[in-house]
Amino acid sequence: MKIHEYQAKQILNKFDVQIPQGEVTDSASIARDIAEKIGPKVVLKAQIHAGGRGKGGGIKLVGTPEEAEKIAQEMIGMTLVTHQTGPEGKLVKRILVEEALDIARELYIGIVIDRAKEAPVVMASSEGGVEIEKVAAEIPELIFKEYVNPAFGFLPFQARSLAFKLGLEGDSFKQGVKFIMRLYEAFKSTDASLAEINPLLVTEQGNVFALDAKMNFDDNALLRHPDIKEMRDLDEEDPLEAEASKFNLNYIKLDGNVGCMVNGAGLAMATMDIIMHSGGMPANFLDVGGGVSEEAVKNAFRILVSDKDVKAALINIFGGIVRCDLVANGIVKAAKELSLDIPMVVRLEGTNAEQGKKILEGSGLSFFPAETMKEAAEKVVPLAKQ
Amino acid sequence: MSIIIDEKTRVVVQGITGGEGTFHTQKMQEYGTAVVAGVTPGKGGTTHLNVPVYNSVADAVKKEGANVSVIFVPAYFAADAIMEAADAGIKCVVCITEGIPTFDMIKAKFFLKEKDCYLIGPNTPGIISPGKCKIGIMPGHIHTPGTIGIISRSGTLTYEAVDQVSKLEYGQSTAVGIGGDPIVGLKFIELLKLFKEDKDTEAVILIGEIGGTAEEEAAVYIKEEFPKPVVSFIAGQTAPPGRRMGHAGAIIAGGKGTAKEKMKALEDAGVYVAKSPAEIGQKVKEALS
Repeated sequence: MKIHEYQAKQILNKFDVQIPQGEVTDSASIARDIAEKIGPKVVLKAQIHAGGRGKGGGIKLVGTPEEAEKIAQEMIGMTLVTHQTGPEGKLVKRILVEEALDIARELYIGIVIDRAKEAPVVMASSEGGVEIEKVAAEIPELIFKEYVNPAFGFLPFQARSLAFKLGLEGDSFKQGVKFIMRLYEAFKSTDASLAEINPLLVTEQGNVFALDAKMNFDDNALLRHPDIKEMRDLDEEDPLEAEASKFNLNYIKLDGNVGCMVNGAGLAMATMDIIMHSGGMPANFLDVGGGVSEEAVKNAFRILVSDKDVKAALINIFGGIVRCDLVANGIVKAAKELSLDIPMVVRLEGTNAEQGKKILEGSGLSFFPAETMKEAAEKVVPLAKQ
Repeated sequence: MSIIIDEKTRVVVQGITGGEGTFHTQKMQEYGTAVVAGVTPGKGGTTHLNVPVYNSVADAVKKEGANVSVIFVPAYFAADAIMEAADAGIKCVVCITEGIPTFDMIKAKFFLKEKDCYLIGPNTPGIISPGKCKIGIMPGHIHTPGTIGIISRSGTLTYEAVDQVSKLEYGQSTAVGIGGDPIVGLKFIELLKLFKEDKDTEAVILIGEIGGTAEEEAAVYIKEEFPKPVVSFIAGQTAPPGRRMGHAGAIIAGGKGTAKEKMKALEDAGVYVAKSPAEIGQKVKEALS
């Protein structure tokens, strides 16, 4: 799960990670009040989940509270387009008003789970403020890593090692070590999957701050963090995806016009792939779960057809433990209740597949049966083009 | 022959009295798997599905000689169940549970380093040596005994491959789901090593998907050390970057873990790579001709 910068900073503040003074608001006049309190010079930062906000005009430095109000007025309600939002952009609902700090150095600190090493890794780089993937690709020797021992946790000597490599000295060194230790504590305690501070700011006076903050969380651990689960912002998600998640369906909207409904994530991806190999493009990823309950099929259909780009659908079910005749009954019932009118190619394989096919054929609905995945894909692609 | 499990395997089911545990224990028994014990803390001394239930895995090992465990306990307790089984001297733990927090799995895998115990999964359909033993939730009847080893990160897509192979009248020696999570137990290389030693396995199908680098690592091993033919399919050629495709581990992060990279690495290692999932069976035929 992703959260906003201001929410990440609230969490960091709780763990005693130093952040700039600031407050979030959805009102231009309150932005002015905040600027009067912590300014007069402040930075206004549009709160959307996507990165690259600065280049898109979502981060502005202002000199006076009056100017803060004026710029906040423009920013709140604007549609911000960055390289991560796609061309449609994201609506800015809130801005973070922060004290403007002077910048001596911009560094990078990031923590992720390293899958190959099966441990968290704390990464630091002297090249902050730019995309870290770019640094990793071009000058990998400028990224320093410390792997966390799962039994002992992240240790002070590791934080010191990173702080030295970043070239921190004196009081900045002390602050930097504490910063990295505290950041790891925040990462671990919240079951985060990513904690990224880019840039980590060192001021002229040598103080260390998280100028930007990005945190993502392990979806599987959210039940033990109800406070973080509360921070989910459904407006930042695709409305159909948000709707699907309410029914525990894995749905991801894509650009094509062939709707897919499949049981199992791997088979769902493979179904998307075979549609592409047959000359079409999938409109979505949709896993209804191994059990394919009638309820899941019904909700899945509803979400599938709410996408107006969907011109035809491919239903691919491999009945293992679940019987295909029961699945077929569920599909027919759901299709009738929702009065679906798009052409649907159905491929049922596995337990009782023959009975399942007979049920679909006798339903009077526009089902096109297919024996194999390949046949199904080759049938649905032309139907979607009609 | 087969790898890891066979007709002599004695299975303990952790979470046997729960809904999933009950349903799949019945299916395993119907298949002929020797389920010798169940574990549900607090229900020790009772019987369930004609199987004695114990309070701990240690008791099940001591009293019934269980040597493989299968886990159906809820996500927040599953990592503990894995560690309990390994500590009790179980040789292979098959964890079916989906949705275990990553930090819990990091801890469990670290715990396993000092134990003589394989972990399969979590978030796996399990492992089956057709005709001998089935441990997990896969449909037994689509499998046939034979000479093809299967290693997969997926569930239903594995069934698809099994089905294609069975229809071409090649059976399977053992089919293993390694699980769809970012942190899992046995991965491709460890299993390929076991299949290498299994004289009845003629060829191996490796079903991967986007995310991580397990397929690339396997490609290096195959090129250098694996003598038998390998067929592969990688799911997610059309998956967008940065999105989690159902499985927690199936995500292209920072431009890494794409299907294209994985297919290229495998092809360079001499693997028969099926571009379409419909070609898996055909590629096996090609590899064995």
